[in-house]
Amino acid sequence: MLSLERRANPSQFWLWFTPVLAVILTMVAGGLLFALLGSNPFTVIRTIFWDPLAGTNASYFRAQLFIKAAPLILIAVGLAMGFRAGIWNIGAEGQYIMGAIIGASVGLAFFPTENRLIFPLMVAAGAFGGWAWAMIPAILKTKFNTNEILVSLMLVYVAQAILAKASFSFLRNPDGMGFPGSRNFSTYPAARNLDLIERSGFHWGAVAALGVAVAAYVLLTRHGIGFRIRLAGQAPRAARFHGVSPTRLVIFCLGFAGALAGLAGIFEASGPSGQITENFATGYGFTAIIVAFLGRLNPLGIIFAGLLMALTYVGGSLAESRLNLPAASIQVFQGMLLFFLLGVDMLTNYRIRYGAARVKGAGA
Amino acid sequence: MIVGGLDIAILLASLMVGAVPILLAALGETVVERSGVLNLGVEGMMIIGAVTGFIAAVTLENAVAGFIAGALCGAAFSLIFAALTQVFQANQVATGLALTLFGIGVSSLAGQGYNGIKPPVTGAVPLGLLRDIPFLGPMLFRHDWVVYFSLFMVFATWFVLNRTRAGLIIRAVGENHEAAHALGYKVNRIRLLCILFGGAMAGMGGAYVSLVRVPQWTDNMTNGVGWIALAIVVFASWRPGRVLFGAWLFGGLMVLGPNLQAAGYAIPVEYLSMAPYVITIIVLVIMSSGRGRSLGAPASLGQNFHASR
Amino acid sequence: MTAGSDELLRLEGLTRAYPGVIANSDVSFTIREGEIHALLGENGAGKSTLVKMIYGLVRPDQGRMTLRGAPYAPARPAEARRLGVAMVFQHFSLFEALSVAENVALGMENPPAMKALAARIREVSEAYGLPLDPGRNIGDLSAGERQRVEIIRCLLQDPKLLIMDEPTSVLTPQEVEILFKTLRQLAAAGTSILYISHKLEEIRALCDEATILRRGRVVATCTPRERSAREMAELMVGASLAVPARRPQTRGEIALEVTGLSLASPIPFGTALKEVGFSLRKGEVLGIAGVAGNGQDELLLALSGELPAPAGAIRLAGRPIGGLGPAGRRRSGLVAAPEDRYGHAAAPDMSLVDNAWLTASIRMGLADRGFIRRAKTREFTEEVIRDYDVRTPGPDVAARALSGGNLQKFLMGRELKQGADVIVINQPTWGVDAAAASAIRQKILDCAGQGAAVVVISQDLDELMEIADTFAVLNLGRLSAPRPVEGLSTEEIGLMMGGAHGMEEAHHAG
Repeated sequence: MLSLERRANPSQFWLWFTPVLAVILTMVAGGLLFALLGSNPFTVIRTIFWDPLAGTNASYFRAQLFIKAAPLILIAVGLAMGFRAGIWNIGAEGQYIMGAIIGASVGLAFFPTENRLIFPLMVAAGAFGGWAWAMIPAILKTKFNTNEILVSLMLVYVAQAILAKASFSFLRNPDGMGFPGSRNFSTYPAARNLDLIERSGFHWGAVAALGVAVAAYVLLTRHGIGFRIRLAGQAPRAARFHGVSPTRLVIFCLGFAGALAGLAGIFEASGPSGQITENFATGYGFTAIIVAFLGRLNPLGIIFAGLLMALTYVGGSLAESRLNLPAASIQVFQGMLLFFLLGVDMLTNYRIRYGAARVKGAGA
Repeated sequence: MIVGGLDIAILLASLMVGAVPILLAALGETVVERSGVLNLGVEGMMIIGAVTGFIAAVTLENAVAGFIAGALCGAAFSLIFAALTQVFQANQVATGLALTLFGIGVSSLAGQGYNGIKPPVTGAVPLGLLRDIPFLGPMLFRHDWVVYFSLFMVFATWFVLNRTRAGLIIRAVGENHEAAHALGYKVNRIRLLCILFGGAMAGMGGAYVSLVRVPQWTDNMTNGVGWIALAIVVFASWRPGRVLFGAWLFGGLMVLGPNLQAAGYAIPVEYLSMAPYVITIIVLVIMSSGRGRSLGAPASLGQNFHASR
Repeated sequence: MTAGSDELLRLEGLTRAYPGVIANSDVSFTIREGEIHALLGENGAGKSTLVKMIYGLVRPDQGRMTLRGAPYAPARPAEARRLGVAMVFQHFSLFEALSVAENVALGMENPPAMKALAARIREVSEAYGLPLDPGRNIGDLSAGERQRVEIIRCLLQDPKLLIMDEPTSVLTPQEVEILFKTLRQLAAAGTSILYISHKLEEIRALCDEATILRRGRVVATCTPRERSAREMAELMVGASLAVPARRPQTRGEIALEVTGLSLASPIPFGTALKEVGFSLRKGEVLGIAGVAGNGQDELLLALSGELPAPAGAIRLAGRPIGGLGPAGRRRSGLVAAPEDRYGHAAAPDMSLVDNAWLTASIRMGLADRGFIRRAKTREFTEEVIRDYDVRTPGPDVAARALSGGNLQKFLMGRELKQGADVIVINQPTWGVDAAAASAIRQKILDCAGQGAAVVVISQDLDELMEIADTFAVLNLGRLSAPRPVEGLSTEEIGLMMGGAHGMEEAHHAG
């Protein structure tokens, strides 16, 4: 019989190898799924993981990769900080939407003024929008001890209703002949989130994502704030003993994640998406949860995880168009990845043994 | 009885129907949480129940088979959560979220080709003369069997949790898993069974959405009902009786909007669509602020147990 | 040896190993019917593993047991209970949010209906002089009353063998007397009792036979009444022990002053502090005794700064510090060491270096504009490991990898080395072996010798008598007036601790 035994020290090898193992297991299980759906699993896996990088039109797909990865990394880094501290903000999707709406509103308010300050102002407004939306669960949590998981999630639905309202009424393009959706930022140079190198997909959001990930890594591993975040997640009572104020921690973690989600939102609205429409939110806020775990809640790991997840998006849509694979199968594929990751995660802290459970430490 | 253009009996009747999915899912989750497990995958299990129930009912041309299939598949789906958290010691919050994300994907994959089909009808239980009692008849005695079944389950859950040895053991495991283990109870096995029950109830609730409430299959059709069910468990302080009250409250809110619109009140659709969520938040705030600590929460809630000593 | 007709349980060559540790090696002894048999040994001697094997929680690797001549190898506690073996745990296996009757039912194989059970509980508990209300929630009971629940739960099943693991550590002297009376009554009625303890006087007063364990082996079997406590102690420890050196009595000005401190408990079912007041001079050690659960944890939280207090209620050298959090208090010169090592005083999954930074960052200057000074933190960690003889592969291992005693030495070193003016410690040597405990006590006395004022909260009276200058008792959240230790008799201490929980009445009623 197999049994688990807790390791005295977390395994460094498995800490790094579990994500790789999870990806491999997902490819195997995903391959089976694709075979069940009547496709050749090898073709599908190659289409998802290889063709966007090196196949025909790869330069277009590589650009798409950055476009998808940037918001995922931005949001996931913010979420990871909270998850580390045991603060479960799962409403990043709502914060992303609100960032986009507030940021876009500020930009469009200046239309058609041309000024170099408009874009930075929009970005700041976007971060503020996400931050403010995240402050709702934060304040409710600290003032009334209300569960932040449920509140942040409920606010996603509220934000989606506001998004619908925005695209149908208060942000609707006055020159849009009555069609829903805001004015397109591609027609408004001062407010446009341009690619830094033309058609590379590497827009300001990607720069922000990389910068934020590195900064968050330094904060988490070298600074007292990061120490307190890790401590609060691992041993809440020890955190109090150290002097961590739970209130400030909740405000910081939710605010940080909200601001980053808001940033992702405004970069998306002013760049790749170009406008606010009812279908603006495509689930980055939820996928980022997978990215955060895939990156082992480590900001540098999240960069890789974000790129990998972006690859499944880009490759997935490629498989959709070329192989007629249903779009939902990619979502299933991503879900599997998270399950396998959670499943193999225990190898870091437990050892598998054959035979009867052998337990560490003689009780005295 | 007509008040402000609304027929109260009809309103209350549709409230009872509207509350069924939340009620079933929340009852299941109450048992799960009482055993010390926080399964945030209710939404995922519901949508799986919705799609499998729909497919089974359409394929077998039998609505009852749909509900059974929904419950079975919900339970089977919750087995993923049970395996990851109880065997592989994975974080319950993360696993629950994963279950929801995965469930939405799987259901949309499985439901392809079932859009726009009408499922077999789940008819009202023939209660004869009772149907014709003024006011009470239309309100209470013209429902389908699932409505009565869900009410029975409120009682059954209460009875099992509070009046039987099985319920006592479930509560003990949720209260202090170390102590339960020391007394020789198989903590993880008991929790696994509770998780399966929760999955079955959520799956059945989901099937009710696709077979009765809507009734058809569309992607992501549970639309947050599972999350509201989770909120109701907190609202109800983990007590089945109060779960019923909470489910009716929210069922009422959800049917009030369309009824008001039908009665000619001009309410913007955005406000109607966000109302249940906003009200859930308000209720959560009131519940959590009233007593400082969330009294009644099982002490081991959300913590994994690994028999290390 | 021939099996006597009155032999109840025989253990032969029981061996149980854990990775890296041999908990029990070739343990053999016999318990007779109606006998009170002591199992004596230090923390870590293997007592708990042994009784877990008897109770079916752990299976032996080798060896066998017989119960009344029949082979006995319980796979589960339920099986042990069915065969007549019951156990009262040291850390109670009770459920705070459930009632007494429900708790009792959970420990029984086939409990009667709740009403009948409640009546039985009343009946049995009164018969043994341990009155209990079956309808009350465990969370509202004192530690002594909780133990009664455990005992009643066992007695309702008419056990042949009752195992009691360190039963007196949570009792006042008066409660101990009542317990002993109950146990003697049980033994007289034919129930055997396996009594686990490291308190020698108790064993001498109560037990007929004693088996002494050291490092997992039986080192001696004796009749406790015929041996002196000192003889047994040396058997148990394997060496004679050094008594900490007293320092010369020099008292400075007042270092810490607590006045009218009343605080609600943040712990569910905890004890509120009521009008706690005392003052402490430089170089003085104040010992605070009391039965667990009478506000010790709350007092530590209030002093460490985890529980905010009115500013003026706590003064450090005259300065009000009640409003400061843990960081502020450390900065002003007060450090604290909580009782629970795994999760409160230390983060179990973090390295020793991280755990050193946890409390020492401020006073030892281990932070630079918020950034962690890693080299300096490491240096400090290694210094603590060296000076406090912490056995660890290195400073980077996780705290949970250390044994309880070693981690405690590390945590004591971490606080004591910070040169604080006031040091507050809850249970400095709980679960630590005798040699390490005496080393820790010496370090505490050394700190006091250098002028620190020290508050030691402990449930070990002997420890307090050894190191404290003044003595006070915490009872139901109230602190008695501190008295000098010198000239204090055991009887007076008993009176200071007693009177709680209505034990006197219970005694007479029984």
